[in-house]
Amino acid sequence: MKKNAKTTGLHQTRRQLLATGLAAAAVPILGARQTFANTPTQGGTLRLGTGHGSTSDSMDPALNTSAFITLLSGAFANRLTEIDPNGEITPELAESWEGSENGKVWHFKLRQGVTFHNGKTMDADDVIATLNAHRGEESQSSVKALANQINEITKISASEIKIELTGANADYPLLLSAGAFAIMPLVDGELQTEAGIGTGGYILERIDMGVKAVLRKNPAYFKENAAFFDAVEINIINDPSARQNALLTGRVDVIDQVTPKTADLLARRPGVRLVEVAGSLHYTFPMLTNTAPFDDNNVRLALKYGCNRTEMVEKVLRGHGTLGNDHPIPVTDRYFNADLEQRQFDPDKAKFHLKEAGLDSLEVQLTASESIWIGALEAVQLYSERSKGAGLNIIPKKVPNDGYWSNVWMKEPWSAAYWSGRATPDWMFTAAYSADSSWNDTFWAHDRFNELLVKGRSELDESVRAGIYHEMQQIVSDEGGTVIPMFANHIMSVSDKIGVPDKVGGDWELDGGRAIERWWYTGN
Amino acid sequence: MTKYQPIMRLVALRITAGLLLILAISAFLFLGLELLPGDFAQNFLGQTATPESVAAIRQELGLDVPAVSRYLGWLQGVATGDFGESWANRKDVNEQLFSRFANTFFLASTAALVAVPLALFLGVVSVHFHNKFPDHAINIVSLAAISMPDFFVGYLLIFFFALVLGVGYGPPIVPEGPLWTLQNLELIALPVMTLVIVVLAHMMRMTKAALLNVMESPYIETAELKGVRPLRVIWKHAAPNTIAPIANVVALNMAYLVVGVVVIEVVFAYPGMGQYFIDAVTIRDMPVVQACGIVFSAVYVILNMLADIISIIANPRLMHPK
Repeated sequence: MKKNAKTTGLHQTRRQLLATGLAAAAVPILGARQTFANTPTQGGTLRLGTGHGSTSDSMDPALNTSAFITLLSGAFANRLTEIDPNGEITPELAESWEGSENGKVWHFKLRQGVTFHNGKTMDADDVIATLNAHRGEESQSSVKALANQINEITKISASEIKIELTGANADYPLLLSAGAFAIMPLVDGELQTEAGIGTGGYILERIDMGVKAVLRKNPAYFKENAAFFDAVEINIINDPSARQNALLTGRVDVIDQVTPKTADLLARRPGVRLVEVAGSLHYTFPMLTNTAPFDDNNVRLALKYGCNRTEMVEKVLRGHGTLGNDHPIPVTDRYFNADLEQRQFDPDKAKFHLKEAGLDSLEVQLTASESIWIGALEAVQLYSERSKGAGLNIIPKKVPNDGYWSNVWMKEPWSAAYWSGRATPDWMFTAAYSADSSWNDTFWAHDRFNELLVKGRSELDESVRAGIYHEMQQIVSDEGGTVIPMFANHIMSVSDKIGVPDKVGGDWELDGGRAIERWWYTGN
Repeated sequence: MTKYQPIMRLVALRITAGLLLILAISAFLFLGLELLPGDFAQNFLGQTATPESVAAIRQELGLDVPAVSRYLGWLQGVATGDFGESWANRKDVNEQLFSRFANTFFLASTAALVAVPLALFLGVVSVHFHNKFPDHAINIVSLAAISMPDFFVGYLLIFFFALVLGVGYGPPIVPEGPLWTLQNLELIALPVMTLVIVVLAHMMRMTKAALLNVMESPYIETAELKGVRPLRVIWKHAAPNTIAPIANVVALNMAYLVVGVVVIEVVFAYPGMGQYFIDAVTIRDMPVVQACGIVFSAVYVILNMLADIISIIANPRLMHPK
């Protein structure tokens, strides 16, 4: 059982890190064979196989139809700000920014001398038109909720804009790093959202949705230490086995979404290695807190204590993940509350809370479908089996994948779901836990929590903010409506031809979705 | 009254029936999409759906109009040869459909060009060596092949050829430029081989059964007795009487090659019709689903019609109905 020893080892390391709170930043775990000189070199072609993407994808980054579009727009376009591999905000098309009135008004100075691939110089008009396209009633943008926080955008000069928000938001510059906010060119008064033209390190040559995209290097790219490949080819290979075969037969050099089940076997092959990073993707079991029996927090706590999350990480994720503590903030987040005690499987506490709720035993149905996440049905089965000793009778209910998000999620009293995580605690909490969010998937309304949420936005003092977010994590963990048993690692695999930085971003798959301009060709 | 008049009449009849059938299928498909839970706006936006954006999409696409008038509106476009635009990416369906169909046709017809002659040949061989070693060998191998799921055959071939031997290409298999080039044929070698293995056995066994059936007739015995060489007996005397059943099974398998290769497309990440169709159904992209459905049913109708015509030409009795 060599494999088991290895995964448990990894797991314990992570738990120790978690306990000591040292894991405040993304920790990439590279395979056994490290590359020697880890400095980027120019040239070569990147052939990437991604498990995202569909024939029905739209070029418009605003619609953000799949993670493939985020990856693609990250290669041919830029946003105002960027999240670096350490999880910190860095300038991209904005050179600098400054907030006033507790983060209600933001001034952005734009980088000068940046040109779009069509030769047009990027200026305030492009930025304003792009941001405006996300706003308004008619908008179909995936970041509409964020864009509608803008009250007014004013052009100060060709290289400076002022954004006035409806309410304070200290994170706003960071939110503008979202892929959907890629800056598009304004040509003759029309924003070119479908043309695939941006300011990015790669120029889009050819695209066949759901199949393939071909890009070549932009010689005029404004970033100095980025975009090392001469050419890039993104292949969409949705089937996990086909993706692995593509890597093994040398048809691609990088794949994402390696399944935990086969990751260790894959790593044993010569010439390929795993790149793994703790991510913000977490698997959830949201309960409708406005529906009996889940309206009683004691019932929710009983179910939280009845979940054997350690075993779930070991068996469902095969150790390629970290324990969840029933709140959505990952260890990699700088506001992660390391003092919060990790909730463990505890049948006695579960029974205690059942008794508090006036129950001897509880029978509830947990709905899941096969492909909402790999292993969802197994996780539900395991949950059901292990919680039996705690007086809980969880009945797994399997439903088709088709239409899951419109018919099961937020409709069934208790179901399985997932969240990809967001760049800031505010964004994550706002999206899935604030009382007035349309994605508040537990219909949870907690006064103190919602009060803190607003307070956090206008707080520019880092330590006070940290305090606020720590308390919110505690509240969600102890009183929220979601069981969050685990966070999944991003598992990628690369051939020896590809160089990967020591630090890999964990905010999205493939180095924060920017592997194309951050990784390089070693030619081995 | 020419010799071919009955065929012409039949073809005209079948084309009319085929068109009606396709029309009916399009209506059922539309109904099916309506019955599936969730509409396009909900499924397209998925987990990121908000009530406002769902409403915005519904209004833009006219999803709030009754189903019957939406169907008729769609039918009107199709009558002029326009399948419309994909709801999801606003691309012209005709254009995308054509390139996807070309890819599928390329793969399917290459597989058919290999599989059909090979199946007939092996059928004849196993009849010639009936109950001898070559017959048994062909039997066992083809039964083994038909018993394995197609995706598994694909994985095995990738493993043996691309991984162990280092020849042939693994996924993704994406033909580039003009399809019928040596380079593209080399590229699709493994998926073609998979398809050949999958459809071969059925056609081969049908050929063998049909031939054996005829071979037992007295007139074959006569031919043998008058000293005609065995292969010539099969070719000249037996084969013409087996054309009808063989044509039918070949048509069925060719239709399968076009509409049933979804799994192979997934295994080899091949950009054919199947993946296009499934992507569209998942999000209820009606114009794409309908267009694919029509193409698929047209393939079936046309291939079956060809098989019937061939059977009639091959059987003089049917050429002169009373």
